[in-house]
Amino acid sequence: MTHTLGRPDFEVISSWIEPGHRVLDLGCGDGTLLKHLIDTRGVKGWGVEIEDANVLAAIKNGINVIQGNLENGLDEFADQAVDHVVLSRTLQTVRHTEGILREMLRVGREAVVSFPNFAYWKNLRSVLNGRMPVSEDLPYQWYDSPNVRFFTLLDFEDLCAKMGLIIRERSVLDEEGNPVTNEVNFLGSLAVYRLTKNR
Amino acid sequence: MPGHSVGVVQSQRAHFDQPLHLRSGGVLPAYDLVYETYGTLNAAKSNAILVCHALSGHHHLAGHYADQPDNVGWWDNIIGPGRPLDTDKFFIVGLNNLGGCHGSTGPSSLNPATGKPWGADFPIVAVNDWVHAQARLADLLGIDSWAAVMGGSLGGMQALRWSITFPERVRNAIVIAAAPKLSAQNIAFNDVARQAILTDPDFHGGHYYEHNTRPARGLRLARMLGHITYLSDDQMGEKFGRELRNSAFSFGFDVEFEVESYLRYQGDKFAGYFDANTYLLMTKALDYFDPSREDNGDLKATMARSKANFLIASFSTDWRFTPARSKEIVAALLANGRNVSYAEINLNFGHDSFLMEDAHYHGVVDAYLRNIKL
Repeated sequence: MTHTLGRPDFEVISSWIEPGHRVLDLGCGDGTLLKHLIDTRGVKGWGVEIEDANVLAAIKNGINVIQGNLENGLDEFADQAVDHVVLSRTLQTVRHTEGILREMLRVGREAVVSFPNFAYWKNLRSVLNGRMPVSEDLPYQWYDSPNVRFFTLLDFEDLCAKMGLIIRERSVLDEEGNPVTNEVNFLGSLAVYRLTKNR
Repeated sequence: MPGHSVGVVQSQRAHFDQPLHLRSGGVLPAYDLVYETYGTLNAAKSNAILVCHALSGHHHLAGHYADQPDNVGWWDNIIGPGRPLDTDKFFIVGLNNLGGCHGSTGPSSLNPATGKPWGADFPIVAVNDWVHAQARLADLLGIDSWAAVMGGSLGGMQALRWSITFPERVRNAIVIAAAPKLSAQNIAFNDVARQAILTDPDFHGGHYYEHNTRPARGLRLARMLGHITYLSDDQMGEKFGRELRNSAFSFGFDVEFEVESYLRYQGDKFAGYFDANTYLLMTKALDYFDPSREDNGDLKATMARSKANFLIASFSTDWRFTPARSKEIVAALLANGRNVSYAEINLNFGHDSFLMEDAHYHGVVDAYLRNIKL
């Protein structure tokens, strides 16, 4: 199965975003997702990115990019400034997990979060075999990984409950990017959530 | 350096005889602006970029004069064929602002009412007055709307002001190392600089031209002080440290540390060519700059009037206009849903970083400008 720009979670995220919406993509890299959303969904978008090379690449891509560190919050953005705040495959790299989730739902009506599931069976198997997992969705060695938080779907849903965040939709994918519907915490490699603060 | 210089350039002079009513209440009955252009204005007149200068800048942005090969423009490293301000694509305009001392009408020009130099009687000019004067130059050149207005420091403030005063005439604003208004500390530094000039015995109330003298000591001190605020502590440490000109302490007040030697040299050089009245005017223009004043300090409301796309850039070591000050502009634009990109550039040269050649910094400007559709 081929996926949009090689990123199966991008398709899920795209499908949740209405044409013309305002989107803020945190950790936007070179702006690939935003460019895709602008081209296919006609959104208005901004990205936040910390790395110089990515900021330059995003500007080259014609994307609005604000250089900044997510750990410091989103002070430049007003309350409810956008419809969707996206954090794709980045939550596990952020130390202030609760802080960034709160900031996302301060700035956006909805938060869209994707992250690798550390309880994916291949990851568990790897640990049982005595090795930290390396996979499509966890493509780093333990010593060069940007990831600082290691959690599972169940862990994340517990945190959402604790913070009073409402899970509006969830999409779980295997390593090939195919949807998983049963035993998601065991069979899912990547999870995508759509969260709001209020029902 | 990629690309190359624009080579030999010439400055031009435009005369305007429509009176210009100034923010201060003063009126300039007529005035001259000197300017330079590089590249070719296209048939649609859609490829023009205005580059505004900072406190001590002028119209000579790039290239050199045929008879002065060493007189290279102050932003030559960013302008030319293949450079970020690519003269193969854009028509670049630089001018000397009103009140300046590089050929445009200023305090050393003759006041038509008295036949003597204006001196202290030259009216105080605000950033918005410069923008209005620049608009008349745009009219003269047949430019309805700028592809971009840009500048660093006080030049960036002019770009910001353009986007508010003439939203229909600015498609992109590139605001580098600037701030939406000065802080108390910024104004304090400016006032010490002004006091140095105003208290110089050679100042003669600003009419020193008639006394065939100039307040060079005051101007020199003002520049030395300003220069400290343009550099970063780290950079000064690296460049000079505590190096002595001679190996031992001399236990006197002559030049001893290398940093003293450098500052005195910079001060002397500046005092040799710059006009003290212009320095006073420029620092006041900085102090008064605050477009949000029209909206009771609500910069979001002010920026709602702009229509341009924005590139905002700041420098990590700039303590005169810190990255946080640029982010105030970014926040006001985001609050209005404007197209804006913001780059915080790691360069070690403090406020003066905006003049430096750096691959990432120039890469950001280059990438932004290449996406401008003409």
